[in-house]
Amino acid sequence: MPVGLEHYLTVAAILFTLGVFGIFLNRKNVIIILMSIELMLLSVNINLVAFSVFLQDMVGQIFAMLVLTVAAGEAAIGLAILVVYFRNRGSIEVEDINMMKG
Amino acid sequence: MMVATTAFYVFAAITIAAAFMVIAARNPVHSVLYLILAFFNAAALFVLIGAEFLAMILVIVYVGAVAVLFMFVVMMLDINFTELREGVLQYLPIGALVGVILVVEVLLVVGGIAVGPLSPDVAAAPAPMSSDVENTRALGQLLYTQYIYFFQIAGLILLVAMIGAIVLTLRQREGVRKQSIAAQNARTREDAVELVDIKPGSGI
Repeated sequence: MPVGLEHYLTVAAILFTLGVFGIFLNRKNVIIILMSIELMLLSVNINLVAFSVFLQDMVGQIFAMLVLTVAAGEAAIGLAILVVYFRNRGSIEVEDINMMKG
Repeated sequence: MMVATTAFYVFAAITIAAAFMVIAARNPVHSVLYLILAFFNAAALFVLIGAEFLAMILVIVYVGAVAVLFMFVVMMLDINFTELREGVLQYLPIGALVGVILVVEVLLVVGGIAVGPLSPDVAAAPAPMSSDVENTRALGQLLYTQYIYFFQIAGLILLVAMIGAIVLTLRQREGVRKQSIAAQNARTREDAVELVDIKPGSGI
């Protein structure tokens, strides 16, 4: 059975679900939540590339590069915020992040 | 063809297993290592599908930069990780329920779609792939001409992220003695050495 678009979409769907599940499961650990977001962005990239190849259109891969860029920036900013937060509070528990009472 | 199919299933299975271990591992260092494994195998999937450039970018940017940044932060912060694991089981049932519903729904959608031969819209798309140009060259020809603003916006995003990360984490600490090379070079003999005439029998 040759590998088709559905196979890639299935892998991406499972990866995305695992990312969502990771946010549910590790409610306290911000680092794992950031990693779960990375997994979800990876699954989006797999979707974009799979559609790009199977529809013979290069624009999908260019958009996947933008997603990669945003993911790298998001990881850098997120981890910087995490470091500053840990420096101020001495903890990274999500439930402690309530100083601003938003 | 058979080899490609087998390779797809192997890489996909390892990717999904590694992604599961990212969220299930007890130690965040192990989580980061599994994240690296997941990215590597996703890059292999990209190679299989014919997107070599994105695969290389994935390995270089994600494994080389982002994952190492994660590892750095995990090891730099002194956190009691067993405390953070508390309450995982509390959210497991509802999380599993939502996850199962989500994956079933998405798989139903995926199983329902059918991509037929190229529709007229897609065939008239601005960037059709040609088989005689390799992936990297095709991507570059498109990115540096038609999508040049897109490329520059990506650069701007990275610049903003870099400045933001520096501004957030830079701190001026009080009471730190630093070498000031300019002040050292500006010193002359006159303001460094003073000759004092002292009369015998008296102090300074």
